Amino acid sequence: MYPVEELVQKMISGNRRALGKLITLIENDPSSSAVIVPKIHNLTGNAYIIGITGPPGSGKSSIVDKLIFNYRNEGKKVGVVTIDPTSPFTGGALLGDRIRMQRHYTDEKVFIRSMSTRGSLGGLSEATANVIKLFDAFGKDVIIIETVGTGQIEVDIIKVADTVVLVSVPGMGDDVQTIKAGIMEIGDIFSVNKAETDGVEKCISEIRMMLELSEKNEVWIPPIIKTYGNKENGADDLYKAINNHYTYLIESGIYGKKRVFRGKNELLNIIQNLFMKNLYSFVSEDELEELAEKIANREKDPYMVIEELMPKLRKLYEVF
Amino acid sequence: MPEKKLRILIAKPGLDGHDRGAKVVARALRDAGMEVIYTGLRQTPESIVETALQEDVDAIGLSILSGAHNYLFQKIIDLLKKEDAEDILVFGGGIIPEEDITYLKSLGVKKIFRPGTSTEKIITDVKEMIHKI
Ligand SMILES: Nc1nc2c(ncn2[C@@H]2O[C@H](COP(=O)(O)OP(=O)(O)O)[C@@H](O)[C@H]2O)c(=O)[nH]1
Ligand SMILES: [Mg+2]
Repeated sequence: MYPVEELVQKMISGNRRALGKLITLIENDPSSSAVIVPKIHNLTGNAYIIGITGPPGSGKSSIVDKLIFNYRNEGKKVGVVTIDPTSPFTGGALLGDRIRMQRHYTDEKVFIRSMSTRGSLGGLSEATANVIKLFDAFGKDVIIIETVGTGQIEVDIIKVADTVVLVSVPGMGDDVQTIKAGIMEIGDIFSVNKAETDGVEKCISEIRMMLELSEKNEVWIPPIIKTYGNKENGADDLYKAINNHYTYLIESGIYGKKRVFRGKNELLNIIQNLFMKNLYSFVSEDELEELAEKIANREKDPYMVIEELMPKLRKLYEVF
Repeated sequence: MPEKKLRILIAKPGLDGHDRGAKVVARALRDAGMEVIYTGLRQTPESIVETALQEDVDAIGLSILSGAHNYLFQKIIDLLKKEDAEDILVFGGGIIPEEDITYLKSLGVKKIFRPGTSTEKIITDVKEMIHKI
C-alpha cells in the first residue's frame, strides 16, 4: 500500500488508480477521511453535482448514461457514483449500474464508481460527500450520484447535490406514494421515464398535483420532464432542464447558499458520526441492549437511564 | 473501524454471446458477502482493466468460452502491469485445455476454474488467493 500522501499527490496529477484507491480508503475507514480531506478541500468546489434518485428499475442508470453523453459532448469531465443496497443478510452486493454506461468505459474523461450502502448509514452520507470531493479535486466538472430512492437515507445522501432529479415511471401507482413519503420536497426536477408507456399523462398530472400541494416558497417550479432512458437522445430535455436549474441557482444566488448549507450538513454529519463512534467506546452494544430491554418492560424510563449513563457520557465529552 | 470488503470484478470478454456462467459466479460471490461489480457482455481487455482501476477491485474474474483465452489473459495482465496495478489478481473460468492452464499460470493468472467447479470451491479459493497477498 502507498502512503496516503503519495496517493493524494498521484490523484491530483491525474492518476486514476490513485483515485480508485483513495475512494476505497474512504469507504473502508471513515477516519481516513480526516487525513485525506484536509489535503484536497481547497481544490474542490468547482464541480456541479447532480443527484438522481428513484425506485429500482425506473431507468436511473440508463438516464445517467445519456447525461454523461450530453456532458461529454460539451467537453465536460464526468464522475459518476452509483449507490446500491448491501444485502442485510450476507453483506454482499451485486453492482451492475455501470452496465448501462458501457459506451463510456474507455473514455478516460469519465470515471464511474459503484458503491454499496454497507453498514452505517450516517457513515454512508459522510463517505459519499468525501468521494465527491475526491472527484472534484480530480478535476471533474460534473458529478452525478445515482441512489435508489426509498427514504430518509437517500435524502441525506442526496443533500450534497446542487440539482436533484427524481425519477418515476408511469403505471406504478405506489411510486408516487414513495415520492410523497419524504423526498418530494428535495426534487428540483421530476423525470417521468419510460414516457412511451400508457399512463404517462396521468403520472405527470399526479406529480403536478402533489407539487401544488407542497408549498415551497421558491421561484423555481420543478419541471416535469418526459424521458426515454432506452433511446438515443432520450434525456436531452432533462439535460436542458438541469442546465436551466443551474442558471437559476446562479442567478438567484441560491447556488452559494446551497454550498453553505451543505457545509453545515457536512459538519453536523461528521459530529454525529464522531459522537456515535466514541459513544460505543464508552457504552457497549450489549449494555445498550440491556438498558433497552428495561425500558421496554417498563422497569426504567429513558431519562432515568440517561441519568445513570451520565458519568460515561461525561467522559465522552472529554474526548471532544 | 476499518471494514475490509472484498471487491471483485466479474467480466465477460470476447465475442461469444452468453454470460450464464459469469452470472452464477457473480451471485455466488455476492452471497458470500463480497461486492461484485458486473460489466456486461463483450468487454475488451482495455475496458475491463479500466473498470478494475475505477472500481479498485481486489480481483478480476474472467469468464471465457471463446477459445481466445491465451490472448485475452495475456493482454489483461499486460495492461494491469502498464497501469502499475499488478496487485489486482486475475482468475478465470471456462473451457480451457490443461496445457493452456500451465501457460496461463506462468503469465500470472492465479486460478482457472474448469466447468463443473462448485461455487463453494470458487468462493473459498477466491478468498484464499486475496488474503494471501
Ligand atoms: N421501455 C423503456 N425501458 C427503459 C427506459 N429507460 C430504461 N429502460 C429499461 O429499464 C430497465 C432498467 O433500467 P436501469 O437504467 O437499469 O434502471 P435503474 O435500476 O433505475 O438504474 C432496463 O432494462 C432499461 O433498458 C424507457 O424509457 N423505456
Ligand atoms: Mg441503476
